[in-house]
Amino acid sequence: MTAPEKPAYRVIGTRPVRPDGIDKVTGRAVYGADVRLPGMLRGIVLRSPHAHANIRGIDASRALALPGVKAVITGADLVPPGKTLADVPDLASNLMATTKVYYRGQAVAAVAATSEEIARQAARLIEVDYEVLPAVLDVREAMLPAAPILHAGLRTRGGDPNTQTNIIAHHVMAVGDAEAAMAGADIVTVEGEFKTSMVHQGYIEPHASTATWNPDGQITIWTSTQGSFPARQNTSAVLGHPISKIKVIPTEIGGGFGGKIAIYLEPVAALLARKSGKPVKVQMDRADVFEATGPTPGTSIRAKLGATKDGRIVAAIADMAYETGGYPIATPANYATMVAFSCYDIENLKMDGWDVVVNKPRTQDYRAPSSPAAAFAIEQLVDELSEKLGIDPLALRLKNSAREGTRGPMGMPYRRIGHEECVQAALDSDHYRSPLEGANKGRGVASGFWFNVGLRSSVSVTVQPDGTVSLIEGSTDIGGTRASLAMQLAETIGVAYEDVKPTVVDTDSVGYNDVTAGSRVTFGTGMAVVEAGKNLIKEMSGRLAGAWSVPPEEITFNAGTFSAGDKSMTFKQAAEATVGRGPGLTVSGSVNAGFLQGGGFAHHIVDVEVDPETGKVQVLRYTTVQDAGTAVHPAYVEGQMQGGAAQGIGWALNEEYYYDDNGRMANSTYLDYRIPTTLDVPMIDTIIVEVPNPLHPYGVRGVGEPGIVPPLAAIANAVYRATGVRQHQLPMSPRRILETTDAMKA
Amino acid sequence: MQARAYAAPPTLDDALALLAEHGADARVLAGGTDLIIQVRENRRDVGVMVDVKAIRELTEFTFLADGSLRIGAATPCARIYGDSQVARRFPAIIDSASLIGGVQIQSRASLGGNLCNSSPAADSIPTLIALGAIAEIRSKRQEREVLVEAFCTGPGQNVLAADELLVALRIPAPAAHSGAAFQRFIPRNEMDISVTNAAANVTLSADGQTFTAARIAIGAVAPTPLLVPAAGAALVGQPVGEAAIEAAAAASRAAARPITDMRGSADQRRHLAGVLTARVLRTAIERARAS
Repeated sequence: MTAPEKPAYRVIGTRPVRPDGIDKVTGRAVYGADVRLPGMLRGIVLRSPHAHANIRGIDASRALALPGVKAVITGADLVPPGKTLADVPDLASNLMATTKVYYRGQAVAAVAATSEEIARQAARLIEVDYEVLPAVLDVREAMLPAAPILHAGLRTRGGDPNTQTNIIAHHVMAVGDAEAAMAGADIVTVEGEFKTSMVHQGYIEPHASTATWNPDGQITIWTSTQGSFPARQNTSAVLGHPISKIKVIPTEIGGGFGGKIAIYLEPVAALLARKSGKPVKVQMDRADVFEATGPTPGTSIRAKLGATKDGRIVAAIADMAYETGGYPIATPANYATMVAFSCYDIENLKMDGWDVVVNKPRTQDYRAPSSPAAAFAIEQLVDELSEKLGIDPLALRLKNSAREGTRGPMGMPYRRIGHEECVQAALDSDHYRSPLEGANKGRGVASGFWFNVGLRSSVSVTVQPDGTVSLIEGSTDIGGTRASLAMQLAETIGVAYEDVKPTVVDTDSVGYNDVTAGSRVTFGTGMAVVEAGKNLIKEMSGRLAGAWSVPPEEITFNAGTFSAGDKSMTFKQAAEATVGRGPGLTVSGSVNAGFLQGGGFAHHIVDVEVDPETGKVQVLRYTTVQDAGTAVHPAYVEGQMQGGAAQGIGWALNEEYYYDDNGRMANSTYLDYRIPTTLDVPMIDTIIVEVPNPLHPYGVRGVGEPGIVPPLAAIANAVYRATGVRQHQLPMSPRRILETTDAMKA
Repeated sequence: MQARAYAAPPTLDDALALLAEHGADARVLAGGTDLIIQVRENRRDVGVMVDVKAIRELTEFTFLADGSLRIGAATPCARIYGDSQVARRFPAIIDSASLIGGVQIQSRASLGGNLCNSSPAADSIPTLIALGAIAEIRSKRQEREVLVEAFCTGPGQNVLAADELLVALRIPAPAAHSGAAFQRFIPRNEMDISVTNAAANVTLSADGQTFTAARIAIGAVAPTPLLVPAAGAALVGQPVGEAAIEAAAAASRAAARPITDMRGSADQRRHLAGVLTARVLRTAIERARAS
């Protein structure tokens, strides 16, 4: 289990300054809402006040009559030429309702006017005739036969073609015979039902898009997005407009965490621009972001584990219901079946996953989507099992850990992974070895898994006459990837990090890149960078061969130096000698890095203190351990680990979509939707484990997501140790702690 | 933003004239930490914003000859809690003034504004009630004084007529052997509105063993912050100790008439009214014994 020896790197593993740092700390960086164009109009979206209603009619005449109003659009404008309303895909109707609204906050119409104030006033003048319908907000209630039906035409995939339902799909995953193994003699079992609330990614920057639509049909869109190419593709599909006529220019992005993959405002701004003939900017306020973008599903999970008395987990069963919000598109329960037991080697598994529509915003990915809620259930049961068996919770995890060859997600055996190494590092940590003393305190641990994805990336590299290189990327940079990609190029071509200048460009200026998501950019786009670097060395060798009059295959490249016989040149000298005097040199690297990239694992330790009178949980100490494969820029790896833990602390303790009796979200502000403040999160200690990923030339693993998986369960386990009460529902707010302990019974 | 006019009268008389002229269409602007948000979010339509920060009398605080403290209604919290004499003599005011918002907010927000906003969860009102503070109110028509405990009449509502201005808050000199304290409960450690809050002001016998006077106030458990006379009565004449404290806490729980919302449940708030009453009493006793 010893981690393989890491090769000696020159740039990888150092901590240089990020290229975008100065602009960001001095306020010069241009984010979505900073875009301003001459003659630009402001767009405002009118949103549904109802969670579920038929739209009988929309009358915009009073809005259009208001001076300063230049255009109004409704769902009918989103129907591409030659199509009818019936052809409009759910993707389009989620952008703007046509005949029905499925959640409060859903876009119904939009106005462009000469000022934001006029646009707002005009939006209030649009009359929408709603027929309000009963709404369903709870995932298990929505599965009942008597529940209000959202989509009349929805049938469970592979299910009865004659039965209306809110269940989109029932995913079944079975290995061995879990029921029989569970019933075996001498098998100790634990089981429970767990619920999590809908939560939001909580990025600081609200969505903003600005568009122009030229008379020749050329559309240009500036937007804050996790993927400019998918944004172009989706806008093209919705508008029925060719991708060659759409250019997406990504701005700096103030956080996404999965919430800025989908498009919301891009086609709206474009259509308003076409109708008005002017550039149009549309941006959301915070309530819009909460009510009309893509939070992560609320869940209900029933699970059971069975183990031998010596601590071998032999069977696991889980029934996992995930909300998808108002539209039958997302499949979070499918992800759940891929991740729920992936930390462990369990012979008999049975998982049922249910994707269910409810009258809430259409859900989207949020950092390791589906995994934290599953871990909240499973990692608490593992904790309960360790208590019942009298085995240390980390020792129990080591005994049952997944390792190379264990069946992984989608049935493929794992390549080399690092879960055991993470648990061992936790066992050896100062935190775990330090006793926790005092009343009302407790320590919890939990493991976490995310599969990480590869997908497609392209970059190009241009050599400048002075020997520096420009790295042209299309992966929008959320987590410091300009730095981590420039470092991989510097490592590959043997130049200093400072001699690589990375730039994220628009969709016309570089090859295709999938979204910045799934912890894939440093991995997948990194592979494209390494390939571009190798292509560059090959090209330079060819040019030097001509200059030195030697066959190209005689030229070697080692530690940044080209040599052949007694001739040698550093990369920089070679660049000056070739590009400085000859034709320019641009190479590219393009990869399809596959769907899965080999798993990422984390293990967390947390100490809490619970105020028995108020139910408030204070996090006292927190340590995260994570396998980074190879940590390209360790400071950013630590930042990802800490960021995941901080978001997990919020999710565990206070965050939730709180609905009033009328189905309205009552806390759509950062005042009442309580993400943690600096005073709620202690310094989070980090331990980076490096078990190189065999699928990447430098051993890189995605690091963005595993860190949010363990906190919910780790904190619940700590609260249990502090109070003696298991927490089956999130958030573990002071109110919930008071309600589940004896505090208020006095 | 829906505010059609703005005026910054230099004198109190000018301000009162403006209020008399515009009546309900005018709104007094002190720090603006509530009002500007309400206007921006279209929760309030204001014809004339009457900014009172240029009026000297409203932005100063002074100790009067009898030892009482007179705080101009628009004096920023930061100026109050930065004063060592206030800190020594009225620590409960510091408890409240130092936790309303962050430093930037505190440099604008005022106790008078907090009172006039009349939120049931306001963090300075229970303290003012417990200390027996008096609101000095003026209009072109009249001058009058109202006890802070009688000032609020409902959520966002109070006794001020459309032409009236809160000029100052007067806090009586602390009695010998007295101490006061304020605490709130919030789910995070900052940036929250109180789920419940409480203030206590106790006077002890010279030997510090018996309660001779007590005022308890609780907030966010009723349409207005509440004085709980029964909690005070449960203490007076009783020996200082946990039995009396628990009796006062029980009185607070009984007086609470809370609602359930996204900030907390009715049961939770009732329970917290008792917990916080006990906690502020313990601090107030400590301060009384140290005085």
